[in-house]
Amino acid sequence: MTTTGPELETPQRGNGAPLVRLTEAGKHYGNIIALSGINLEVSGSEVTCVLGDNGAGKSTLIKIIAGLHQHDEGTYEVEGQPVRFNSPREALDHGIATVYQDLAVVPLMPVWRNFFLGNEIRKGLRLDIEQMKATTKQDMLDMGIDLRDVDQPIGTLSGGERQCVAISRAVHFGAKVLILDEPTAALGVKQSGVVLRYIINARERGLGVIFITHNPHHAFPVGDRFMLLKRGRSIGYYKKNEVTREELTGLMAGGAELEELSHELQQGGGAAAEAAHVLEAEVHELGIGSETPGGGQ
Amino acid sequence: MSQTLDVGVKPPARDERVVQRSLLSRLLTRPEVGALLGAIVIYVVFFIVAPPFRDLDSLSTILYVSSTYGIPAVAVALLMIGGEFDLSAGVAVTSAALVASMFSWQFSANMWVGVFVALVVALAIGFINGYLVVKTGIPSFLVTLGTFFMIRGLNLAVTKLITGNVGTNDVSNIQGFNSAKKVFASTFTVGGVTIQITLLWWILFVAVATWILLRTHWGNWIFAVGGSAPSSRAVGVPVNWVKIGLFMAVGLMCWFTGMHILFAFNTVQSGIGLGNEFIYIVAAVVGGCLLTGGYGSVIGAAIGAFIFGMTNQGIVYAGWNPDWFYFFLGALLLGAILLNNWVRKRAEAMR
Repeated sequence: MTTTGPELETPQRGNGAPLVRLTEAGKHYGNIIALSGINLEVSGSEVTCVLGDNGAGKSTLIKIIAGLHQHDEGTYEVEGQPVRFNSPREALDHGIATVYQDLAVVPLMPVWRNFFLGNEIRKGLRLDIEQMKATTKQDMLDMGIDLRDVDQPIGTLSGGERQCVAISRAVHFGAKVLILDEPTAALGVKQSGVVLRYIINARERGLGVIFITHNPHHAFPVGDRFMLLKRGRSIGYYKKNEVTREELTGLMAGGAELEELSHELQQGGGAAAEAAHVLEAEVHELGIGSETPGGGQ
Repeated sequence: MSQTLDVGVKPPARDERVVQRSLLSRLLTRPEVGALLGAIVIYVVFFIVAPPFRDLDSLSTILYVSSTYGIPAVAVALLMIGGEFDLSAGVAVTSAALVASMFSWQFSANMWVGVFVALVVALAIGFINGYLVVKTGIPSFLVTLGTFFMIRGLNLAVTKLITGNVGTNDVSNIQGFNSAKKVFASTFTVGGVTIQITLLWWILFVAVATWILLRTHWGNWIFAVGGSAPSSRAVGVPVNWVKIGLFMAVGLMCWFTGMHILFAFNTVQSGIGLGNEFIYIVAAVVGGCLLTGGYGSVIGAAIGAFIFGMTNQGIVYAGWNPDWFYFFLGALLLGAILLNNWVRKRAEAMR
């Protein structure tokens, strides 16, 4: 599985090591264990989905991979080389680009200035504005977004469009691994679809993608591997053929927790009890009772 | 200048969804347009009520006064676009003048040596301000409020310690004074009108700063760190260095203004410069700089300084009771800011 990535992008990656591999990685904040015992790998042309509820440690995980934080335990390897990044810049230099929830865009600035921020094309001291505008327009077209005016402030674009600017920016600047932090969280159905298409698009171009989400319905169609996080620990790591959408949903929702919730509701009586029945039925339907399907725990 | 820069770089293929915006509407979306309208209104008012205001000599005086405030305002505007304040700018001007004057006097050094030492000191003040802001994360308003008081105290205490007086000695006999005066404080006449050299320097500084802001990657970074510092950091912009650099640019412009004061008056009083920091900030805000950073223009700040200069002199020319000076000044500035806001809102609605 680790060698399925095409070698076209990085011929020096002859050892077949995955682009990114975490082994038993962990992170503490003082005496709080934010993350421990995480194993994860991403190769080219592969999408690894990291699923988890709020506070499961997803943000900490991407911060380690993206170079904002350093791991305290285990190892972090990029293309087989152990690394320890001191800044996002270093991670970028290794081809690891992160698209954050806030997208790291400056709303008041024009689209093209945002696209090239930090990597401006220059002619001597001057900015090559002509070329930057043209490139932005073309790259967005390649992603299927026909921008009306690259000079408009990026804050005036829709959420999905902004997301796509951030993704295509990362791809343009030679990312080998894309980390997408909840790219579909704030989007409607249609726009989520657009973003999911870009994830597939990026995979087909040979990139490794780490897709962070709490929505199994978004993760399942595009993912090749799935890691489930809960309270800073991995509660399951599956390849696509080892798990079904229903199981994934069940694991995400946490069957036991849903049952607990339904008991809680039942005690309220009346309308609450009715809601509890609905929940129970759902737990049943998903087949996630108190025990979880194979591979987990 | 900036208008002409923005036109003509449109993508070649016109998109049918973009209505070709008229020149007027494109002009109205620029940050400095409110200040420009305000300046025109104030100019017309004084032109009507104050006959001496109409002389070319008066205009020259107004431009001179404007330039002495407008030169530091160039850097203060850049700093504000970068999302920070500098309340120590007013007294830093005085520090630079004091250092140059006292150094050359005490060490019997060539005036230019004092000028250079003052430059180092002014840049150091900027660096310290910037370093404290980025390292402590304390708002620059508070950091520079602290350094403002410290510099104010130093100006007086050190001057008294060295000269035994609250002012410096006359440096006009020191070697190099005349050549330095030529650079920083000379005048020339064009068609019978006396023009101060600071006006030329001001125009040059505004042009260079505008070019940096709109046409170089540093300008891109200045807008970005002011608009969203975390986002800028995430894409690899050296946020801390941009901010420190901006504080040092303020130091540079303060140094220049200090040198002008020194060579225009030969001596420096240690207590001057108080309150000028607000005028620099007001010039930048009137000129369309957003208090929160990420938006603004240096040309706007220049127009803001011109509004201040017009008001400052216009009240005298109009023969109004000078006791009311600050009242009129405040009212005019408030009016200009309101007009500016109104125009900007209209312009944004038109987009």
